[in-house]
This record gives sequence, structure tokens and C-alpha cells, in this order.
Amino acid sequence: MLDKNGIAKRIAQEVREGWYVNLGIGIPTLVANFIPEGMEVEFQSENGILGMGPFPMEGDEDADLINAGKQTITARPGAVYFDSATSFAMIRGQHVQLTVLGAMEVAQNGDIANWKIPGKMVKGMGGAMDLVASAENIIVAMMHANRAGASKLLSTCSLPLTGVGCVKRVVTNLAVLDIKDGAFHLVERAPGVTVESIVEATAGTLIVPDYVPEMRID
Amino acid sequence: MAITKSVNGPEAACDGVKSGMTLMLGGFGLCGIPECSIAELVKRGVDDLTCISNNAGVDDFGLGLLLQKRQIRKMISSYVGENDEFERQMLSGELEVDLIPQGSLAERCRAGGAGIPAFYTPAGFGTEVAEGKEVRDFNGKPHILESALTADFAFVKAWKGDAAGNLVFKATARNFNPMMAMAGTITVAEVEELVPLGTLSPNEIHTPGIFVQRIFQGAHYDKRIEQRTVQTR
Repeated sequence: MLDKNGIAKRIAQEVREGWYVNLGIGIPTLVANFIPEGMEVEFQSENGILGMGPFPMEGDEDADLINAGKQTITARPGAVYFDSATSFAMIRGQHVQLTVLGAMEVAQNGDIANWKIPGKMVKGMGGAMDLVASAENIIVAMMHANRAGASKLLSTCSLPLTGVGCVKRVVTNLAVLDIKDGAFHLVERAPGVTVESIVEATAGTLIVPDYVPEMRID
Repeated sequence: MAITKSVNGPEAACDGVKSGMTLMLGGFGLCGIPECSIAELVKRGVDDLTCISNNAGVDDFGLGLLLQKRQIRKMISSYVGENDEFERQMLSGELEVDLIPQGSLAERCRAGGAGIPAFYTPAGFGTEVAEGKEVRDFNGKPHILESALTADFAFVKAWKGDAAGNLVFKATARNFNPMMAMAGTITVAEVEELVPLGTLSPNEIHTPGIFVQRIFQGAHYDKRIEQRTVQTR
């Protein structure tokens, strides 16, 4: 089974040279830590920076330089700042090659829910609806089950949707799954995790091929 | 000769703000918020306000200060997660809240300032956000019609500015400020440094002064950090 860093490491393997990548809050943010040294990749944060770097050294933090999670960050050489309309032009206009975000629920038709639990939690969608409506390549990073132990991979989402039919790939603590033809397809299993336990933890329709390789995580 | 926009301070800048008005306030989280104007609005006690702002501050800073005093009737935002008082007022029904996708919020402000009454966007199709909105297919993909936003007053914060109202922002403190500056009937810009005319390079101005009606240099900036994340040396 993977921890949060393990999920981020596996997703980092999806990133290709020359890509602009938007990372959401939580596990997705960790992906930046596992990009191979020397690979030309730029991180976009929707509050208005391209070329986001690591957290600043203690004492160098700047209140005017944050990411979408409101964390203090740094800017890499070649970075650029811009306003929110320009930022979402990059996103809606499909100039960003990969979006990685978290989810509360994902359905087998690619629907995603991650912004509201009616009557309980309403934080807002932030940029998630714009991101999922436009991105060609969306990977969801999340735990396979919620805190109550219920599967987050469902036949249909029960929570208010963030986007419809948009998720292509899900990486969880148990597996890598693709979404196509209205079903989850098991692609890889996490180290030490059996196919049976993934089947059991997945509430939606899951297609399991004859051979399911184990993820290679260093 | 340049048209001069400078006023003495937040009191003069907020002249004419009345209860029941619609205000825009720049900033993302606590980054790039018009601190001095918010303090003045709290002092004036204007209420029944509709506030358009990406976030709602935190309990004791930013728009949280106006929420504490119950000066806001309605919020139009994209993300309001870090404010307990906000959540309480919203769940109890005291506060009306319109949550809209962040990119749509930015574009609606931009459109409001640019004379574009409405536009189609894919964001929110198939979700609660699309309820009651016109849907139309372009290139085989469904889009929803979103309308422009404008405000009686827009309050923005910049790093540097001049008496002509030209503004330069710093780093990610730019965020919603330029679009909101465009969309205000009266746009009030507060700056950390009001520099003499001619000091800012015309090549490097982010917001042209035509969008700004009043400008002043703030006396003091707290610039609070919401999530201080650092590497240890």
C-alpha cells in the first residue's frame, strides 16, 4: 500500500518533458518533489504563477508569493506572474498539459466530486471546475476509501459534481486505474496489494485484466 | 497633463460608499487584499453589502473583519474554506453565498470591465453552477452562459502606483486585482508606495490608470501569511 508520498511518486512518473502542469492542493502538491532532476517541467498555480519553485528557506518567506493552497513558495528562474483571468486562460485554453487534483468521489463514467458536502462542508470549488472542464489530461490523486472506510470509486457520485466525464486516470494508495467505456480498468496495483483487495475496495464496476503488474516505485 | 487620482487616505478614498452597495475586493486568500480600505469600511459601519471577492478572509483578518460585524449580506466567491464565522453564517442562512468557479469569477469581472455582457464557458457544465443557465454547444462541447460582474466600488491593492492611477503589482499579489480594477464604477487603489509621475516605466505597468478613480498610499501593511511553509536551513 502507498502513503501520500507514494501516490505522488507514482503520479510523477506520468509527467513528461516539456509539460506545463497544474497541481491541486494536498497530495497533488507533493508530486513536484518527485520530478526527476533536469526534466524540463513548469508548475502552474492558478493564483498566478508559472515556474513555481519549492518552499522558501526559513526567513525568506514572502507574503506576496504563495501558491493556490496559500502556502509560501519560491519562483524559479524564468518564472512569471500573471492575473487570475490570464491564469484561467492558460487553463481553459488548454495550454496546461496535465492537471492533478484530489477528489472526494470519482465515478466510473469519469465524473468527479470534490467541493461540497451538502449541509456539512461548503468550502467552494475554487479553480477545480475550470480545471476539470477544460483539461485534456486529468489525474485524480486520492485515497481509495474515505475516512469512514467507504469506497471513493463509485458507479455514480453521490455528492454535488465538480465536473462530468472528465477524469481519465486515478492513482490511489492501492492502485492505478483508468476510466474508459463507463468502467474503471485496473492498470497497476500498489506494492504488496492484491487484486482481490482492490476489487473489494472498489464500489464501481472494475475491469481486471489477466495480468496486473505491481507499480514500480523507487 | 496627467489626470490626478491621488487622495489623502482611506477615508477620502471611501467617500460615497453606502450600505446596500456591491463591492469588489481584490486578493487571493490574504495575499494582495486592500487591507487599509477594509479597515475603513469596518470603521464606517456600512452594512447590507454584497461583496465580490475570491475568498472571505480568515476569522480575524481581511473580509473576516466585515463578517464579524455582520456588514455583509451576500458574498460572491469561489473558495471560502478558511473562515469559521463565514461557515457558521452561511449554514445558518444569515449570509447569502454565491459560489462560482474561480476562472468564471475572474472572467466575469474582466468582462464587466471590458464591456462584454456575457460569455460561454465549459466550467461548471453538468453541476449545480449550471442550474438555470443557458447551455450551448460549441465544437461539440457544452458550455454555459455566464454574465459579467460590475461593482459600485472596487477596492484593489497594488505594490506601486502613481498619481495617474497606474499600478504595478508584486508577485502573486496581483491575482484578481487587475480585473476588479476594470469592473468598478469607482475603483479605489491602495498602494504600498505612491511614486512620482514618470517613475514607473510605461512598458511595465500592469493596470493602466484609466481604470482607477482614486489612489492612496496605505499607512501600514500587515501582510499576513496564511500557510507559512519553509525549508529549514
